Amino acid sequence: MHPAGMLPNVGHGSRPTNFKMGSRVTFMSEIAIHAENLSKRYRIGALTQRHDTLRDQLVDWGAQVTTRLTRRSNNGSGDNECSAEDAVNEVWALKDVSFEVQQGQVLGIIGRNGAGKSTLLKVLSRITDPTEGMVQIRGRVGSLLEVGTGFHPELTGRENIYLNGAILGMKRAEIERKFDEIVSFSEVEQFIDTPVKRYSSGMYLRLAFAVAAHLEPEILVVDEVLAVGDAEFQRKCLGKMGDVAQQGRTVLFVSHNMSAILRLTQETIVLEKGKLVLRAPSPEAVDYYLSAGHAKAGERFWDLDEAPAGAAPFRPIALRLRDSRGQVVDTVRSAEPFTIEMEYSLTASVTGLRVGFYLNTTRGEAVFTSFDTDDPSLFESHTSRPAGRYISKCAIPADTLNQGRYSLGVNASSYHIKRYFEEEQALDFTVDTAGAPGMQWSEPRQGVIRPRLEWKIEKTHER
Amino acid sequence: MLVIRPARGWTALNLRDLWIYRELVYFLTWRDIKVRYKQAFLGVAWAILQPLLTMVIFSVIMGYLLKVPTDNGVPYPVFSFVALLPWQLFAGALQRAGTSLVGNSNLITKVYFPRLVIPFSAVAAGLIDFCLAFLVLLGLMFYYHRQITVNLLWLPLLVVLALMTALAVGLWLSALNVQYRDVQHMIPFIVQAWFYASPVVYSSSIIPSAKWRLVFALNPMAGVIQGFRWALLGTQAPDASLAVSTAVVLVLLVTGLYFFKRMERTFADIV
Repeated sequence: MHPAGMLPNVGHGSRPTNFKMGSRVTFMSEIAIHAENLSKRYRIGALTQRHDTLRDQLVDWGAQVTTRLTRRSNNGSGDNECSAEDAVNEVWALKDVSFEVQQGQVLGIIGRNGAGKSTLLKVLSRITDPTEGMVQIRGRVGSLLEVGTGFHPELTGRENIYLNGAILGMKRAEIERKFDEIVSFSEVEQFIDTPVKRYSSGMYLRLAFAVAAHLEPEILVVDEVLAVGDAEFQRKCLGKMGDVAQQGRTVLFVSHNMSAILRLTQETIVLEKGKLVLRAPSPEAVDYYLSAGHAKAGERFWDLDEAPAGAAPFRPIALRLRDSRGQVVDTVRSAEPFTIEMEYSLTASVTGLRVGFYLNTTRGEAVFTSFDTDDPSLFESHTSRPAGRYISKCAIPADTLNQGRYSLGVNASSYHIKRYFEEEQALDFTVDTAGAPGMQWSEPRQGVIRPRLEWKIEKTHER
Repeated sequence: MLVIRPARGWTALNLRDLWIYRELVYFLTWRDIKVRYKQAFLGVAWAILQPLLTMVIFSVIMGYLLKVPTDNGVPYPVFSFVALLPWQLFAGALQRAGTSLVGNSNLITKVYFPRLVIPFSAVAAGLIDFCLAFLVLLGLMFYYHRQITVNLLWLPLLVVLALMTALAVGLWLSALNVQYRDVQHMIPFIVQAWFYASPVVYSSSIIPSAKWRLVFALNPMAGVIQGFRWALLGTQAPDASLAVSTAVVLVLLVTGLYFFKRMERTFADIV
């Protein structure tokens, strides 16, 4: 079959639309992506005990022959057992996902880690084949699953622009035409002839994103590439993404950043364990995701496959909220103390580890940040944590928070060395102000804190 | 319209896709060449020094100490250097191609392009070195007063044959290496065994009988090297053996392409 997708300008967006005079203008917009029952299966066995060596394969063949022989002698009684074992070793990263994207639409994709977002993008950008189902794509697809793919540290900025551009699917002439624009966007003009291994990580990212931002496919598929860089750079990237969206290109945008999703997309799909559970206008989808994924009775568990690969040796286990009686709760009372605990394990000893959380309101206002080794004496006594299972507990005193919804983010890092794990919205909870000061009036109080302050009322003058 | 669906069994080669991505082949080749001698004091001079030093060693051990006979009394240094050029072109291409997919796994898991681009560019990346070393060869021929004849015009075809051989074997090895990392440990042995099976340090005329010569010709590099010696030094022309070599290469290449295509769809999942 002719790979029409590879030709430039196969999009039909510019074709004049026919409509009858006098009748209502019905604009049948073209479908850019049509996915039907898309499924992708991974064999976990193939990951953990895959046949990296011929010896393993030979051993496995031997084992298969043996089981086949024993099964035959047992008259096939082992069959069920065997298929059950196969099923355990399989994971459907995507299961029966069907959706359509109109030309020019910007569609958000959200879901927890391991929900299948990246797999979906990989299938759509032809990096990996689906196991079942099909996708029809109209237009040239450009995918940005990471910034700086193929950057070579030994090559200069200039050389990497050409290399990376070519890898992302740009023609040489196109790169030449946009070269100056890319360089000025990246703000590394001075160092353009320096090998990128001498760049700071910020410069490296800016250059990498600059190339990516100048990719002009008809369909752009973007994974969480904006989650890198400093805040200012992120703003710039979001701005650029916004421009792309304005230009009427079809964009699929995966992010954990809900404000970016709300800002850039009109519609969003929510994935859960490989299944498409909701497609809705973005505000609705974000609400659904935030309430379904997180606020589960004051406790958040991380499955083994949810922890990012880069987190090792840190592995998050659970984040939970306990009231003053030790019960796990979703709603805490402002007038009573409560505890936030983070349970995790270390597969190797870690030096300088600090585990802590960000407390924000669900509207995004920062309340405070705290780490378990903030206290200098704890900091001294825990310079290195050996492998093992831990719980870091933080007591929040009574009369701290005002009523409302709050969100806890988790951070486990060694300062200036490595951020092992971070999740910005790990657990949401509610604060109830029953018994808090001022409750004799039913009016809501402004502000995020609800301190019990000492007032004195002095009479200074007799009348 | 592009349709993505699960591919099963053997699929079409779709070499047209490779043509559309020819610029990427160029850029990846260019990257390999650029990076190879970065931060090396002697830089690109290594492209000349490697065959030159090897030739000196061969000349001392094979030519001077062991007195390996050459064809038509050609001086041993030029005799071995003529063979070393296509050999090193081939061996380098094979080594690079064999490990190319694993070496570029970061690209394979993040971007789509026809995966054939990777072994193709790995094979092509040896050409600049070859051209530089060829200039040295011309100097050497001048030094030993060898005549250059029109037979020189056959060299490009022989170079293509050597590269096709490397590509054909490289396709098999690189695809296998994605799943079985044993392959990358095997490659140095394969190259070494292949070296002794090719008439680099000896002349193919020492093969005793016509029957064995045919077996010998199954090795495409035997034909290529014999062809190089003939084109440059006027020794015995490669006869039917070159036809046998070419046939072997074509079979390996076509099967290699189909095998690669079949394995290709799982590369991103298991690399």
